[in-house]
Amino acid sequence: MGHGPAVKLGKDNAAEYKTRLGIIMFVIYTLTYASFVIINATNPSVMQTIIAGQTLAVIYGFFLIVFALVLAVIYNKMCTAAEARLNK
Amino acid sequence: MVYTQSPLAIGLFVMFVLFVLGLSFYLARRTTSAEGYYAAGGNIHWFTNGIAFAGDYLSAASFLGICGMIATAGYDGWMYSIGYLAGWMVALFLVAEPMKRLGKFTFTDALDSKFNSKSIQLMAAISTLVVSVFYLIPQMVGAGVLVQPLLGLPHWVGVCIVGVVVTIIVATAGMASTTYVQFFKGALLLIFTTIVVVGVLGRGLTTSPDQGGSKDYHQFKSMTATVATDGALQISDASYSAAADWKATELGEAGFVKLMKNGIESIWQVNESASGLQLEETLFVKTLADGTKLFNGSEKEEGKFFAVGHIKELQIDGKEVAETGSLSPLGYLSAIKDSTVVLWGKKYIHEGDTSTVVYFQKPTPGSRLLRPGLKFKVDNATGTQKFNFISLMIALFCGTAALPHILIRYYTVPSQAAARKSTIVGIAAIGFFYVMTLFLGIGAMTSGVINLTDNNMSAPLLALSFGVILFSIISSIAFATVLGTVSGLIVAASGAVAHDLMDRFLGMQMSDTGKVRAGKIAAVVVGGIAIYLGIVFEGMNVSFLVGWAFAVAASANLPAILMILFWKRTTGQGVAASILVGLVSALGIILISPDMYVRYGLLPTDAPISFNSPAAISIPLSFMALVLVSLMTQKKSVAVEDAAEA
Repeated sequence: MGHGPAVKLGKDNAAEYKTRLGIIMFVIYTLTYASFVIINATNPSVMQTIIAGQTLAVIYGFFLIVFALVLAVIYNKMCTAAEARLNK
Repeated sequence: MVYTQSPLAIGLFVMFVLFVLGLSFYLARRTTSAEGYYAAGGNIHWFTNGIAFAGDYLSAASFLGICGMIATAGYDGWMYSIGYLAGWMVALFLVAEPMKRLGKFTFTDALDSKFNSKSIQLMAAISTLVVSVFYLIPQMVGAGVLVQPLLGLPHWVGVCIVGVVVTIIVATAGMASTTYVQFFKGALLLIFTTIVVVGVLGRGLTTSPDQGGSKDYHQFKSMTATVATDGALQISDASYSAAADWKATELGEAGFVKLMKNGIESIWQVNESASGLQLEETLFVKTLADGTKLFNGSEKEEGKFFAVGHIKELQIDGKEVAETGSLSPLGYLSAIKDSTVVLWGKKYIHEGDTSTVVYFQKPTPGSRLLRPGLKFKVDNATGTQKFNFISLMIALFCGTAALPHILIRYYTVPSQAAARKSTIVGIAAIGFFYVMTLFLGIGAMTSGVINLTDNNMSAPLLALSFGVILFSIISSIAFATVLGTVSGLIVAASGAVAHDLMDRFLGMQMSDTGKVRAGKIAAVVVGGIAIYLGIVFEGMNVSFLVGWAFAVAASANLPAILMILFWKRTTGQGVAASILVGLVSALGIILISPDMYVRYGLLPTDAPISFNSPAAISIPLSFMALVLVSLMTQKKSVAVEDAAEA
């Protein structure tokens, strides 16, 4: 049972920026996810609409998975840039 | 269902499991101390760590449970995939960075370092114990599932094998699982499920799935019937007969009829049609008063309870065809969308001392099964049913960041940048896997491989339809994953008892050997409990059980983690109250839920509540408890300003 820090980190001037960015990203993704859940709960037949040969449910599902990855990549790029800029 | 075993499969399985165990032991020997285990993180490459994330997270539950649920309920099973992945966004954007800055491994450490409060130590230990046990149940059920078709052993033997092996490993050798083992298993799981998906797409769709020519599909019989003026049933095939009072029985009222032919009973679904009645073959399991189970009217060993899963009408490009040939991923989904697939409904019927579960055919348009609503009632649903669905989706979303054993991996790489990169690799690998679960599940749904009494087996049985080698490899990977996950959970649970409860909370003065002995005894006890629960929960969908574990974890832990990081006025008492309220409310709701009533041998309709997912009630309650108690205890406790400002 280790209780010390796993990795010793120096002072991180980008911390505040990263926290704010994380909250913004979280809100964006949560809204996308919440819309998906709410449509499914209130008007599920809309999810059967055919768009580009697939049901909306399939398209939205794939979108949520890909969007998660895209946001994660953007978040990492912005955090890394901020660390380089602020922790000189 | 009865499975035939192949020596090749057993040999491959034993070799593979021994190899993984050997690798675990070898790597564990090199990192014997707890510090060494964590410090090893300093050298781990972010890509390795990312795939190991997938190895950790994609437990047997994802592979077995999600595929099984998609195979029987279509898109609703895939909702779990979407929810599990979305949970990573909470972990990555809100929890990981600030917690890494606090320099702590687990939420327990993070919670306690700010307050050093006895009540937090107690609550956090209990919460770790309960969440670990809840997470252990689906793993154990998964282990039982895997050994049945593979080794020909009953469910409980599989559960006991895992329980005993892991408990011995943990009780004698300590933690026998490292990042490299998880990397290895995660990578293999991704590679081999990709191979199965390529096989599924290559095989395409057909109305009579013969598993690549290796096994004829059961041809379902359908008969017509008329009701005579005296109420007797006259059936087109005169070799079948029904009792005169068929309509007045419990079965008759539920829309079924019991027929006899050559002294063997069968149950048929009765559908009204223009020309009279249409009788459709069903599958059924009857439990007699003495506990004997009959499958389709005979002993299990006679093999009358066959595998199911077929397409009724296959359409491609507007034309009806018997088979499609190979398809692209989108072409595959598109063909399913235009076709009609036979899904299976389930009804419980009690007659005197006997109870019967009837599985009946439900031809379903493909576009309907490629959108939610077949498992979760959302169409024309009551408020409670909609609430149940929303509650589950909240639990999946909030659970990941609250699972003690998942966030640990975020701390095994040298820098924050590497930690983020490895999370992205993890999200990519897990997301890719979850996309594949849709094809695995639908592949099983349409390939005649589903065992209706336990849909958890769908994915391994789909692999079996491609040959015994692929099947053994996939089953072995899944089994090894169960071993790894169970070891980790038992270590966590025994640590909670020995380290957090006995040593820190009770302040028992123990020598080092005493502590180790206490940990080992705790591991054996937790292992025993896990074995018992793994047997009790046989047949319950593994992913559904994980949903409960997520709900409990999210209710007990997430409000505390988030408020410590983001609310300056959080107090130690508030945190302890929040964990207690979240834990008790989530557990309480689960224990009186309809699905638990089935486990108690009661009817689900008798349960005092009509929903199964506690998160939408227990998470807000936990937040409220934290805020109220924190506000009431402001003067007595030091607020966590520095944590929130960090």
